[in-house]
Amino acid sequence: MTQITTLIKRELMSYFYSPVAYVFIIIFMLSTVGTTFFLGNFFNANQASLEAFFLFHPWLYLFLIPAIGMGLWAEERNTGTIELLFTLPISMMQAVISKFLAGWIFIGIALLLTFPIIITVNYLGEPDNGVIIASYLGSFLMAGSYLAITCVTSSLTRNQVISFILSVIVCFCMVLLGWGVFTNIMNKFLPTWLSETISTFSFSTHFNSISRGIIDSRDLVFFLSIIGGGLIINALILETKKAA
Amino acid sequence: MIEVDRLSKKYGSLVAVDNISFQVNKGEILGFLGPNGAGKSTTMKMLSCFITPTSGTARIGGKDILTESMAVREILGYLPESAPSYKSMTVLEFLVFIAETRGFSGQEKSNRVERIIELTTLNSARFQTIDTLSKGFRQRVGFAQALIHDPPVLILDEPTDGLDPNQKQEVRALIRKMAEEKAIILSTHILEEMEAVCTRAVIINHGRIVADGSPQTLLSHSKMFNTVTVKLTDNLEATTIESLRKLDGINDVKTFAPPRPEDPFTVQIFPNRKQDILGQVKDCLKTNNIEISEIYREKGFMDEVFRNLTLGG
Repeated sequence: MTQITTLIKRELMSYFYSPVAYVFIIIFMLSTVGTTFFLGNFFNANQASLEAFFLFHPWLYLFLIPAIGMGLWAEERNTGTIELLFTLPISMMQAVISKFLAGWIFIGIALLLTFPIIITVNYLGEPDNGVIIASYLGSFLMAGSYLAITCVTSSLTRNQVISFILSVIVCFCMVLLGWGVFTNIMNKFLPTWLSETISTFSFSTHFNSISRGIIDSRDLVFFLSIIGGGLIINALILETKKAA
Repeated sequence: MIEVDRLSKKYGSLVAVDNISFQVNKGEILGFLGPNGAGKSTTMKMLSCFITPTSGTARIGGKDILTESMAVREILGYLPESAPSYKSMTVLEFLVFIAETRGFSGQEKSNRVERIIELTTLNSARFQTIDTLSKGFRQRVGFAQALIHDPPVLILDEPTDGLDPNQKQEVRALIRKMAEEKAIILSTHILEEMEAVCTRAVIINHGRIVADGSPQTLLSHSKMFNTVTVKLTDNLEATTIESLRKLDGINDVKTFAPPRPEDPFTVQIFPNRKQDILGQVKDCLKTNNIEISEIYREKGFMDEVFRNLTLGG
């Protein structure tokens, strides 16, 4: 356990020592606020809710999370520090979990820093704060799933750009599966039960369900199993590379 | 302390390390030599549990690298080639990080970090970020991280690479000082370094061990081993050369004119079977009343031995 905290601390330090952390947080703020007010028509909707704020999260995360996670393993491999890491008395799973948690904590910090929007909406009206909290939880869990996928693509290559592009593509598919337009197209070719089954594998389906304020165990299980599965695949890839 | 047992590593059809076995005992400094691409680093990476061997295994301090990798990593200090480290950290932060992952905390942790900073003379750089350090300092940081837990087994991949001559001396002295209670493997391509530091040398070529012995034993393979070289103010007369040739066990006598007029004449006397002929030669020259300015036995040339072993000459 102490090893995991040590590794998380180091990983977080490396975010904040480089401009990446600050650039990321600023862009995260600007894009969440920008999409809420300009694309989401926050004021015109005239509703005391953060629906317009959370609506765009699956699309923003599509680029922002891979940017945060692309270097997690690729950079270790590129600079050779992976040789140092794997010859220390740290197990593979400890290393994999620590890296993931560090990235997830960092995203959590960025998400928490959007708190002024909660104050704003509470100042302007009387929103259902339960729904807001549930939506934040859903958004955080979804971010974790994106990150787990990015961890996998990052362990595949020493090139951060390749890692970024791969994870954007995979995550894009995971969002697309549940998108209304895409489901309609699928319905034309496939029986309804099949297209619905496919759409249950989508990030957006589960995120939308949590954002309505209902924390269903199925949605939690979905995101947690994506994270768990991603991390196991991540560890397996790294093990295979050791033996290659 | 280190027992390597038929270790092999294949990358597809390429055999990087081919069935090598050797042992290193406590107190030994084993020099691991070979041309680039001979499999030195691959072997060290397998011993440090960074890559998995294709076949064979090794035991370090009695622990198997395949089945007890965690225990092996605890008793091993490893300096990877070109000493990678987290460049955005300061020297102190980095060493504290290593100490924590090695399970040290509190006072013990700070004591160890302080001791190692002193040992590797990193004090002047302790608050500098690693990416601002010179190559020599980075190498020492790598050395420090390998030593922080005072491991009984050390594996050092080119420990003096990138150091200036003074730093090289310091590192070699440090290695020799630690050797008494440790088993050390170090790879190098500097032959003088091997002669200066190692108690034993293993030379590998194309993944196979081609020589294993003390530096002296290896030198005895040199063509020049035990050849007697004599420096003279005047050239030898033909009769003296003839009487030298007639001595027992002498194979050949060669004379060399001085390259510059002020240099001495040189005569080399080659023994038949590399046996010691110094006494005989001295006596013979004495009876012929030859004035000698210098006479010595050649100890052989390591680079010649190395070339012959690795080029198959």
